[in-house]
Formats: sequence, structure tokens, C-alpha cells
Amino acid sequence: MKIAIASGKGGTGKTSVAVNLALSLRDSVQILDCDADEPNVHTLLPLTQDQIQPVFTMVPEFDETKCTRSKNCSAFCPTHAIFVSDQGITFFPEICIGCGGCILSCPSQAIQEGQRQLGVLHQGMTAPGIEVVYGELDVGEPFVVPVIKAVKDQAKNSEGTVVLVDCPPGVSCPMVESVHGVDYCLLVTEPTPFGLHDLRLAVDTVRQLNIPIGVIVNRAGIGDQQVFTYCASEDIPILLEIPHSREIAELFSEGIPFTQRMPDWQSKFRELFQVIQEGIRK
Amino acid sequence: MKELVVVSGKGGTGKTTIAAALAALVSEPVVADCDVDAPNLHLLLDPKVQDTEEFIAANVAVIDPTLCRACGACELNCRFGAIGSDFVVDPIMCEGCGVCEVSCPYNAVQMRERLSGYIYTSKTRFGPMAHALLLAGESNSGKMVARVRELARTLTETTEKELIIVDGPPGIACATIAAITGSSAGLVVTEPTVPAIHDLKRVLSLFQHFTIPVMVVINKADLNLRKSKEIESFCKEKDIPVVGQLPYDPIMYKAVVAGQTIIEYAPNHQLSTNLQNLWEKVEQQLDSISRST
Ligand code: SF4
Repeated sequence: MKIAIASGKGGTGKTSVAVNLALSLRDSVQILDCDADEPNVHTLLPLTQDQIQPVFTMVPEFDETKCTRSKNCSAFCPTHAIFVSDQGITFFPEICIGCGGCILSCPSQAIQEGQRQLGVLHQGMTAPGIEVVYGELDVGEPFVVPVIKAVKDQAKNSEGTVVLVDCPPGVSCPMVESVHGVDYCLLVTEPTPFGLHDLRLAVDTVRQLNIPIGVIVNRAGIGDQQVFTYCASEDIPILLEIPHSREIAELFSEGIPFTQRMPDWQSKFRELFQVIQEGIRK
Repeated sequence: MKELVVVSGKGGTGKTTIAAALAALVSEPVVADCDVDAPNLHLLLDPKVQDTEEFIAANVAVIDPTLCRACGACELNCRFGAIGSDFVVDPIMCEGCGVCEVSCPYNAVQMRERLSGYIYTSKTRFGPMAHALLLAGESNSGKMVARVRELARTLTETTEKELIIVDGPPGIACATIAAITGSSAGLVVTEPTVPAIHDLKRVLSLFQHFTIPVMVVINKADLNLRKSKEIESFCKEKDIPVVGQLPYDPIMYKAVVAGQTIIEYAPNHQLSTNLQNLWEKVEQQLDSISRST
């Protein structure tokens, strides 16, 4: 079973929800941290042994001796990453999207498939029964989606495993890539006009993917009632409210998931999981 | 013309609230909301839209079922998994590269322009504003950010203003790179928490990577004084100025609910005084940066 934890707005508590839910379930859980720009799960749940492997994207490799200057590759390239002149070929790897069209369009087989590192994948256990996988985009690299795909490729498909996907903020392609293919999507929001605005965007996005939605209101008590009114009018269940609490915020600041110090909350997270299971069956 | 980009690495640290407060403090700014994925600045600045442009930055493939003979060439060559088994293109996965179009022996694939969102030119009570909305699931947020900045620069020239305040996107990928490259300086809003410090370090190395001057403000500093000290000493080591520390105060949320900047909502509150001091320090930094370049 795969559950995405997403939000339009950043910093609403996605990672905290994912981590506390994992700790409350405790067995056969895998967390996929897909926020490869700024992965945070491992700062709350350090990996005991960390297996690291590079994530590559495809880039063309040119053989100048075979090039007949047809310029078909540069004419095709959708991002203008190739420049061919009589002097030679200039290639800008950081804007190449790795489509492979240049290789297909070359009449003289002067282009081969090469690779370029975009980031790394980390994988390891954090506690007995909880595995963490996270991607880390190299600083300065613009394309994060291939790293997210590499993280999602590690998802366990076995029947009994609960896969929790911690998604990047926003509603553009990295978020959609992360949410794609899950059985249920939890949207974490806060009860403010900012939270509501971005929740609406996230709901519209996830609905397009036909994935059932439930909302968690974090920092309940701050702000206003509009998130609640909106969810009621859209018939979206609010599955959990986590109160605004300085104690929870202080624990988070130290990198401590709050259920570890407030064990009563573990049963609330387990109840949440039951409700999600019922939501998927419906 | 100077351009200050407010970013945060981690979301939810108070970036938009602080950008809006600066907009209220600066005399005659131009404002740009470059968090095009989940824009929030308009909720505080209440822009009156003067002009809307459609943003088209990519194509999407469409397969004509009457011409398709299910040969599978497009599916074989597509590296983005966008061609479904029934030879219907999934627009969410499609990058618009056109590989399928050139692969198809039956000319069944057509590339069409794709609407990625809208760009707005507006007026606010503080000055002109450029902002945008990216449609759900669209890529090209980097290109859209670049377009919003370009528009803000034009507005600055036509209205003879001097400073652009940019509310930047979270993260460190294409949208953030597009928001910071070529700007005068960045202001990173962080908070004293373990995850935010991790993200701060990554976003600071992004500024270093592109050699753009940067400064840091610690929001909610008293939530964890020890962690705030840790941020200070890290920045000192890297020679990055910490231009302010703001207290953790739920009044921030109240101002957001009222749809106002802190400066308007609670002009005599400690937080407003702190923000005023913050802006003075930022201004000094901007001046010394422009003198040295
Ligand atoms: S793989 Fe695609 S984007 Fe990269 S250089 Fe070749 S044609 Fe251009």
C-alpha cells in the first residue's frame, strides 16, 4: 500500500506526519523522501547504515570524427543544448533534458548514449522495521524529476509493506511525479489563508490523478476556520488535527519526532492509518 | 536597479510574510512573486490585475488514433514513459521533446502548444507587482520564474523605481536557480530547527555555486536559542552576514488571517520594530554590494 503525504504550501508538517506515522506503525514501513531538493526525513530519522548510489541522466556523447555537420541534432534539440558549426560541436549539458532525440536524428551514428550525474540516492534502515530511501539533488543541478523517479523505483511492492511517500511542496511536476501511482494522498495543511490557498491547488491536482484524499490540519488553533469550511463543502474528510503547540515545535527544532515524547499520539496515528485503509477500500 | 530575492530552502519558514513586510517598509518597491507553484504573496498584497498573459513554454504530443497503427515506435523511443499502452499520451509525463513525432512512420503524432499558466501585471498599495500561476502538474516553472522577473524589471524601468523585492520559490532546483541567477543578492529566511538548518546549508551552497551575495535572517529565533547560535556560528565561518533575528510569535498568523503585512497589522509590535531593523541592515548590505561591483 502506498500513501503520499503532500501539501501545496511548504513547511506545513508533511515530513513530521510521515515520520510520526512510520514510528507509530513501526513494522514493515518504507519511507520514500521524494523532496530531493531539500530532503528532511533523514534529519529526523538518521540511517543506521547508508547505501549511496549515484543517479544519472542520459546525455549525448559526440564522436567528432564521424560528424558530417548535418546539424540534424541541433535542429531537433528541444532545449537548444547543441550548437554545431564548421569548427565543431558545442554541447550544454545543464540544459539537456535527456530525450535522446539527437541520437535518433543523427544520420551518421556520431552520437552515443552517455550519462551525467544529477544527484545521489541514499537507502538504509533507521530502526527495526523502518526503511528510509531519499534522493539528494546535486547543488546547482536544475532537474530534480529523474532523482525523484530513482527514489520511487525503490518502492517495495510487497503486500504487507506500507510505503509512505514524502512529497516535495508545490503542485508542479516534481509533486505530481511523487504522488503518481499511490493509493491514497494525505494533504497536510495549516488553518490560515496561505494554507487554504495552497490546499485548494493541491486538491485540484490530486483529483486530476483520481487518488482519494484526506486532510490533516496541523497547527490547529492558529488562524481561522476557512480550511474546515472548505473541506466540508468539498466533502473532503479531515482525518487528524494536530494542535499548535510550542512543545511540538521545540521537539521538532531538536530533530525529535513528537510521538517519541508524546506516546499517546501513536494510537492516534494508528487510528489514522485504519481510516486511510478504509478510504482506499471504498 | 537592485533586486533582492527572498528564499528559504525549506518551506514554511516565513519567507512570504517577511517579503511582504519588506514591501511595506521599502519606499516604492516593485514586487515579484516567483513562488509560481504555490504563490501566496497576493493574499497579503491584494493586487489589482491590469494585464494577463498566457504562458506557453512547451509542447505536448497528441496521437491521432485514426492514423496510429500501434507499431510501438513512439513508445520505444520515449524516455519519459509518456506513451500509454493504448497509444494515448499522458500529458503529465510528456516533456514535449518531439521524439515520438520524429519516430512515427505514419505521421500520427502532432506536437501542440501547451498552456502552462498565466502571468499577471498588477498594482498593489505598495507598488507594481509581477506574479503568475502555474497550472497544476505543469513543468517549466524555471522558465516561468524567468518571465516574471523579466516583467518585474520592465515595470521597474517604466515606473522609474529602484528596487525589486522577489518572493522566491522553496527548494534548490530549476525554479530557485531561475529566481536567483543575475540578482543583486539573496535573503535566506531560516529557522532554528534541525531540518531547516540542513536545508539552509544546501541553499547557501547554491548561492556560492552561482557566486551571488547572500545574507541570512533567523525567524522564530527564540524557539531554540542553541540552534540559533549554531546558525550564527556557521554563517560567521562562511562569512555570510546574519542580518536579523525575529521572535516566534503567533501574531504572524493573525496578520495573515487579516490579509495584512505585520507592519500594517501591528505597527507598534516588537516584530515590526525588528523588521524595520532588518530592512536597514539589508539595505546597508545591498549598498555595499553595489559599491563593490
Ligand atoms: S538528449 Fe534531447 S535535450 Fe539532450 S541534447 Fe539531445 S536532443 Fe537535446
